[in-house]
Amino acid sequence: MSDWMKLSALEMGEALRSGKVTSAELVEASLARIEALNPSIHAFLAVDAEGARATAKEVDELRAAGADLHPLAGVPVAIKDNIVTEGLETTAASRLLEGWIPPYDATVVARIKEARLPIVGKTNLDEFAMGSSTEFSAFGPSKNPWDLSRVPGGSGGGSAAAVASYMVPFALGSDTGGSIRQPAMFTGTVGVKPTYGRVSRYGAIALASSLDQVGPAARNLADAAALQDIIAGPDHRDATSLREDAGSMTDALGESVENVVKGLRVAVIDEILAEDYDEDVRANFERTLKELEDAGAEIIHFSLPSIQYAFATYYMILPAEASSNLARFDGIRYGTRWIPTDNPTPTVNEVMAYTRDQGFGVEAKRRIIMGTRVLRAENYDDYFGAALRMRTLVREDLEKLFEQADVYVSPTALSTSFPFEREVKSPVEAYLNDVATIPANLAGLPALSIPNGVDAAGLPTAIQVVANQREDARLYSVASAIEELVAEDVVECRYLDDYSVPAPARADREGK
Amino acid sequence: MTYEAAVKKYQPTLGLEVHVELNTATKAFDDSPQEFDAEPNRSVNEVSVGLPGTLPVFNEQMLESAIRLGLALNCKIAENTTFARKHYFYPDLPKAYQISQASDPIAYDGYVDVELADGSMYRIEIERAHMEEDAGKLNHVGGDGARIHGATYSLVDYNRSSVPLVEIVTKPFTGGGERADEIAAAYVQTLRDIFRTLDISEARMERGNVRADVNVSLRKSEDDPLGTRTETKNVNSFRSIERAVRFEVARQAEILDAGEKVFQETRHFHEEDGSTSSGRPKSDADDYRYFPDPDLPPLTPDPVWVEQLRAGLPEMPAVKRRRLQKEWGLADLEMRDIVSSGALELVEATVAEGASPAAARKWWNGELAKTARIDGIALADLPVTPAQVAALQTLVDEGRLTDSLARQALEGVMAGEGEPHEVVASRGLEVVSDDGALGEAIDAAIAANPDVVAKIKAGKVAAIGALVGGVMKATRGKADAAKVRGLIAEALEVD
Repeated sequence: MSDWMKLSALEMGEALRSGKVTSAELVEASLARIEALNPSIHAFLAVDAEGARATAKEVDELRAAGADLHPLAGVPVAIKDNIVTEGLETTAASRLLEGWIPPYDATVVARIKEARLPIVGKTNLDEFAMGSSTEFSAFGPSKNPWDLSRVPGGSGGGSAAAVASYMVPFALGSDTGGSIRQPAMFTGTVGVKPTYGRVSRYGAIALASSLDQVGPAARNLADAAALQDIIAGPDHRDATSLREDAGSMTDALGESVENVVKGLRVAVIDEILAEDYDEDVRANFERTLKELEDAGAEIIHFSLPSIQYAFATYYMILPAEASSNLARFDGIRYGTRWIPTDNPTPTVNEVMAYTRDQGFGVEAKRRIIMGTRVLRAENYDDYFGAALRMRTLVREDLEKLFEQADVYVSPTALSTSFPFEREVKSPVEAYLNDVATIPANLAGLPALSIPNGVDAAGLPTAIQVVANQREDARLYSVASAIEELVAEDVVECRYLDDYSVPAPARADREGK
Repeated sequence: MTYEAAVKKYQPTLGLEVHVELNTATKAFDDSPQEFDAEPNRSVNEVSVGLPGTLPVFNEQMLESAIRLGLALNCKIAENTTFARKHYFYPDLPKAYQISQASDPIAYDGYVDVELADGSMYRIEIERAHMEEDAGKLNHVGGDGARIHGATYSLVDYNRSSVPLVEIVTKPFTGGGERADEIAAAYVQTLRDIFRTLDISEARMERGNVRADVNVSLRKSEDDPLGTRTETKNVNSFRSIERAVRFEVARQAEILDAGEKVFQETRHFHEEDGSTSSGRPKSDADDYRYFPDPDLPPLTPDPVWVEQLRAGLPEMPAVKRRRLQKEWGLADLEMRDIVSSGALELVEATVAEGASPAAARKWWNGELAKTARIDGIALADLPVTPAQVAALQTLVDEGRLTDSLARQALEGVMAGEGEPHEVVASRGLEVVSDDGALGEAIDAAIAANPDVVAKIKAGKVAAIGALVGGVMKATRGKADAAKVRGLIAEALEVD
């Protein structure tokens, strides 16, 4: 097997432009790895070999004819399966949508097609993006390439695992409360949630509309920036889309660490740090802070009391919006319809109810029921209304923070990747794992996760960087400096032909 | 119990919710076209059928129409208005929620003055007017009369899905007494005229462009609290509104008389016999789980723009009616005839083309109304224009046509034979004004009817009519009868 897939997306683009490789070869290499590794990792729900090959062929022909192509034209990419792809099955990992072939493209997909990146397939997720481990996929969980007995995170576990196992150099995810960033930490990759509205949500199957954001998953920041540059920008199909031009994230990278970090005001929020982090996660975070400080950054401690309520606020708003957004899956127009077996002449209401009973998984039902109660007229003020007011407070507090700091940082998640079944057995504990990532979604802030080391078990840890609204460029710039500062602490994802090999223990790396 | 008996014993309280479909080019929240006659599921795209991942985008034209309507209804316009989601499951509602407005409608606190048949006015207060999208439509197949009962299957047509609506909700109105039915119908008619004047809707009741939900409750006296109400859904003609009110008032009075309680519910109206029947129970606690739609940012209509829209409003029908009546010098009854026959615009246009108001009224409420009635079509759909009617009248005024010749000319115009002067020429209808020719015909008539002449000379002047008839016949109706009469009287030396 050739090892073209070891390259980053930008390196692939370079190799394509210099004629060292063709897009057809890259696509074949990607498809071969998927074929070989997907049975054990289960990152992909659907593979579109035919479509990817067609795009590759087109790119190779155009390049041969001297056409002016996007720098990443021909580089394979994967799409989280809650993002709609015309003519390619899109299930959101739910039985309800099994077999649904959308008649249209999400805006982000249309932009990827315009740049001519071959889409090799659709990646696994927790059903309708609800979960922190990808165990709630109706089609079976994805595995963490670092350790197959552990979860790749959620809900974007499929995209993260596909990237971490070098099936594709990058992929699209969606982040409602951390679904790009937490899997990025769990798989030692980079995950970015852009400013709310920076990337169109059109065609991303809605979980919680006011929190959802599409963004890139990659093995390094430069690739993530390049992918964000392709998908970001105003979209008239999304009324919440930001109207101004997104600017280039790629251009925001590449400044010297010294220039970026010197005098950089980096905030840490006491209330987030007070959470119950794994020891190694905390230790690695403290080390990164120290490295930042040594490089000339100013570390500022902030107390933002409202942040303590962000978690509760999120778990009012998310299920409320989800219960509304998921109401359309009723078996009437598309997807799967279940007819009650014990009732030969059911009413339409009985068919809808039975379809939803059979079609939704346990986590989806849990949140739909929660959300339905939150929105009931008699509860509205006490729950949803209170959550909206709390959300405003969180936003205002964070605005105050950004008057005095350029970014704030935290560990991305409380713990490194956990073994299967933990989330299933203890949903609230799993919800809590998102406590550090949630505030950015509530306030619409751009945020990302980059690896900053490993724990004692050799599993990756990560630091989350959060910037003020619309300051995606600053976010990338600061994160890129941190990426360079912590480079020595980081272990790269293993490029293996068989991921069932045990993960290296931390001890292997002592004395580096 | 009859309606008349019921309103003697009980006071009806009414509330109307009127939905009007706006005639925007595209739908409320997507850019699929609004086409009335499209084949089922042709005027749709992935947004209007609510496919996964789709998002609504607000149609600015809808906002403008809604604001103009709000202003025409004397409402306040919201400075900040949001869209909410109203949830319920039904196969014709593709997202399982309807995008509507809840706590902050675009327009609120207004009123409409309604003119009744006897010319008296009744003011109806408007609680709110809000924007929302329509649902699709179910077509039940295989049953009796397209009802769901007995149908073997149902087809869903989403062409209407996301068509923009404004819903106008009145405050409960009382004091109508025995005229409650008339007031309800006149109110909706007044709204219909306003929709058309604003040109925000075709407002064609028979197409369902305007639909009314009629709330009715009864109580013994004004001092009692309001009674339990029923809501009769989707009544879509003026007459049906009147009948629905009459039926519900009578039905509820019977229940109350029997000492029983009216059940709060929605009811269906039946066109065939004007009755209503039980729909589903409806309580005030119906929970639609409203919340602000996170896909649609709040709207803040620019106050300057709102004032521009206010300044640009056309004259409202009631105001215009009063102005024209005064200008035209018509009696109340004459004006009401014009309005109720739908001839106001036509008369106005005919006057603008130069006819006198009296003549224009005579044409449209006389000969033309008769023709329209016989043909079973609306006045406006007759194949004659106000300009042509005015031209005919001019020919009459100039003495070139008699009334009866003018009617023949009109017939030719409507048969597509050309403009009035062309028809007059081709049919040879012009009045015979050549005195020589007339004189010959008169002499012939006198000579042929010595007995009539004798009667006249004996003092029975009225008998001149028989001679006039002879002359008219001889000239094939083209003589001016009054002139002929004068000439005969002159020839016979009588007055």
